[in-house]
Amino acid sequence: MADIEINGKVIKARDGAMVIEAADEAGITIPRFCYHEKLSVAASCRMCLVEVEKAPKPLPACATPVTDGMKVWTNSPKALAAQKNVMEFLLINHPLDCPICDQGGECDLQDIAVGYGSDVSRFSEIKRVVRSKDIGPLIATDFTRCIHCTRCVRFGQEIAGVKELGATGRGEHMEIGTYVEKSVGSELSGNIIDLCPVGALTSKPFRFTARPWELGDILSVSPHDCVGSNLVLQTRRNRVMRVVPQANEAINETWISDRDRFSYVGLNSKERLDKPMIKVEDEWREVGWETALERVVKGIRDLINGHGAEQFGTLMSPSSTLEEMYLLQKLTRGLGSANIDHRLRQSDFSDQELLPPFPWLGQEIKQLEKLNAALLVGSNVRKEQPIIAHRLRKAAVSGASVMFVNPVDYSFNFPVAEKLIGNPDRMVRVLAGIAKALLDITGDVAPEGLQVLLENVSVGDTELVVAERLKAAENSTVLLGTLALQSPQLSSLRALSALIAKLSGARFGQLPEGANSSGGWLAGAVPHRGPAGEEAAVAGVNASVMFEHPLRGYLLMGVEPELDTLSPATSVKILEQASFVVLMTPFVSEQMKRYADVILPVSPFSETSGTFVNIEGRWQSFSGAVVPLGESRPAWKVLRVLGNLFDLQGFDYTSSEQVRDELKASCEQIEPSSRVTWRCPTSLDADSTGLQRIGEVPIYAADALVRRSEPLQNTQDAMAAAVYVNESVATGLGLADGDVAQVRQGGDSIWLPVVIDERVADGCVIVPAALAETAGLGAIYGSVDISKN
Amino acid sequence: MTGRNLIDLLTKDSRAEIDRWIAKYPADQKQSAVMAALRIVQEQNEGHLTTELMDAVAQYLQMDPIAVYEVATFYSMYEMKPVGRHKICVCTNISCMLCGSEEIVEHLKKKLGIGFGEVTPDGRFSLKEVECLGACVGAPMFQIGEHYYEHLTTEKVDRILNEID
Repeated sequence: MADIEINGKVIKARDGAMVIEAADEAGITIPRFCYHEKLSVAASCRMCLVEVEKAPKPLPACATPVTDGMKVWTNSPKALAAQKNVMEFLLINHPLDCPICDQGGECDLQDIAVGYGSDVSRFSEIKRVVRSKDIGPLIATDFTRCIHCTRCVRFGQEIAGVKELGATGRGEHMEIGTYVEKSVGSELSGNIIDLCPVGALTSKPFRFTARPWELGDILSVSPHDCVGSNLVLQTRRNRVMRVVPQANEAINETWISDRDRFSYVGLNSKERLDKPMIKVEDEWREVGWETALERVVKGIRDLINGHGAEQFGTLMSPSSTLEEMYLLQKLTRGLGSANIDHRLRQSDFSDQELLPPFPWLGQEIKQLEKLNAALLVGSNVRKEQPIIAHRLRKAAVSGASVMFVNPVDYSFNFPVAEKLIGNPDRMVRVLAGIAKALLDITGDVAPEGLQVLLENVSVGDTELVVAERLKAAENSTVLLGTLALQSPQLSSLRALSALIAKLSGARFGQLPEGANSSGGWLAGAVPHRGPAGEEAAVAGVNASVMFEHPLRGYLLMGVEPELDTLSPATSVKILEQASFVVLMTPFVSEQMKRYADVILPVSPFSETSGTFVNIEGRWQSFSGAVVPLGESRPAWKVLRVLGNLFDLQGFDYTSSEQVRDELKASCEQIEPSSRVTWRCPTSLDADSTGLQRIGEVPIYAADALVRRSEPLQNTQDAMAAAVYVNESVATGLGLADGDVAQVRQGGDSIWLPVVIDERVADGCVIVPAALAETAGLGAIYGSVDISKN
Repeated sequence: MTGRNLIDLLTKDSRAEIDRWIAKYPADQKQSAVMAALRIVQEQNEGHLTTELMDAVAQYLQMDPIAVYEVATFYSMYEMKPVGRHKICVCTNISCMLCGSEEIVEHLKKKLGIGFGEVTPDGRFSLKEVECLGACVGAPMFQIGEHYYEHLTTEKVDRILNEID
């Protein structure tokens, strides 16, 4: 520690800290533009010049390390003169037209100019003009306002891991841009809007729609992935105008993904439903809540009385709130059915009794950056959980070995130490190889039944290296990604991943889809366990069974079955056959009207209070930012009323907090755990033949809200519906890039364009899921036939 | 989706020459050779760079393309547009200006029928205004290729231009 003095105040500063950091910690403000605590020091704007004792000239506080006994003045006449002079230079080329600039009111330059600018400009020459560039649908540019702080450039290089923006030219001719006409494609790109201290980079969807001082801030939590990034929903006149990050060092630091930032556009989609609707003799009618709910109660009662409660099932989005999940399962169980699930895209449920109380990361999110080694199984973490990828990137950049077992050679924004890419069917065998190598290294005895299976497993060089690195690392983890969690061999993948973790001393964790999968388990939104992980008295059937063996009645909450389920084509057929289908949804589509009998408009995350439990097991509650649209209502309120209408006990809540607290009380004893009880896989091979489909869910197709955000749908990451194959597979099938091919899966078939993509392994093909164009197909994984005619 | 392999755009000789430069730096700091690589590739391509060639350099040195563009646009000796077979770089800095570079520039413009940054229709010459080349003692001066021509007069300029093809 160094003892320094700033403006006469004695401060203890960390050795190696810069003066600006010490001042920030002591609450002394030094003006700055280019300095940002999360980025490297550029010292290019010179706004933070301060006077330092014995230094002949003012020094930049951001690039001057503290030394013992140092005396600094941030507002002495000398410092102030320097700062004012810098300000004058910065304003030479900056337009002085704040009233027509979108940054006005939240502009660092504007704010600091109030303190350090002069009232009249002495510059009478012509200002330089820089042409604005189109860098994609998310970020608007106004480069004539740029003051060359290079925060956006450094963000790309240091945080996003892809340098897309740069400073070309020099001196008077320096410009920020991409040089070639291109969109910025990073999944974290929106953060440069927050970083930009002036109006050079602003939010394209938000631009010119509101002024910052008109906006009210409501804290919220991301409804898109298991990270639970903290958000600020900025609202005006009962409308969410913009979403920005709320700093939380434990979770998202100061960043959020573009999905979290721009999905709000979908909240105002034309497909929002604002009145309850019922189907009367094949005609849809808008009705009041009373009529609609009466119809729901009558429909479900008739069904249960006539055919038994086991003919009724409920399904919910894994991004439903904890309260919604808890009440829906309570309602379902109260009606005598245990057919409840939120695992909509899962296909292998055989190990569900062996699992811990809820899926857990095995560690805190912030611990990920301290890892020395990580093995991710079936994960495109960069697009599935961008903030997790950011933490892994920090680890990788400081030397950790981040390794992958994947069906596709995804590109990551950090160095990948080892990768084992192959047909999804082979992933179990690859994991068995790593486990075998670890057993050899440790000399441990293989768990029950595995020895026999391992006899004909060969350990490749890479498997051995992965095993060695995991074992050697002091701090390591094995994470089961979303692709693995959707695999038909999930139980084998999970058993072996957990075994690898155990043998190598790594922490085992999972990365499920949705914002509240962990909450789903805690709330009892699974057929075999009640709230707080309690063994269910009677086990119901899971999501996959409900969509394979028709029930007579369904209640779906926040689910678009034609996109959100494992096998959309089958799901829709099943629902069409069912005698009574209730949808609770914020959005309505024409397709829904074909199979539903009642559609109840419920609130998206911005219009309801609720709680998401993130992958660390952190309960994060939020309140509604705006009042529900039209007659739509928060789902927890709808479920409460339904509970009362069914005369069920314990539905007398007056707030969502009561619901949460009731569940929380019963969850008090639950410790997060990664323990997966060992059960040996029956075989290491799948019995599939032919070309294997990988139905990855594109980042901007993940849920109903994101799919309706137009700006996100216009980005590069919004994957086009196509058949992605590598060159050799394509040649074998007689296909070329741009051809239109027929894809057959089971009894279904669709036509899609062919895209040659060398990331895809031999023997498989990516046909993305969750897109309208591919909704006519079956399961995410499975054999497909592809032909030109 | 898959990036095209552009490294083939670099000739074998260029690659050998770039490799010689890469070898001068630590193995994990290939990008240090970027300036040399750009110069070599510019020579290979008749004196100017294209986006494709810069991308090829980026691939070869495993850099982000924008980082290569930054370097190429920063230094004035890299040309981003086609130039003539002979690039006449006229110094117009203080010493040359005091010694009559303005007259030389006027003469050149009139004689060649082009302005700064332009190429003669036959592709022989292009004209470029440069800052001090460190030959003030011989002002006014210009540079063509690797040669400095000093103490210029309009007659001398005519003679020089006639002597080269």
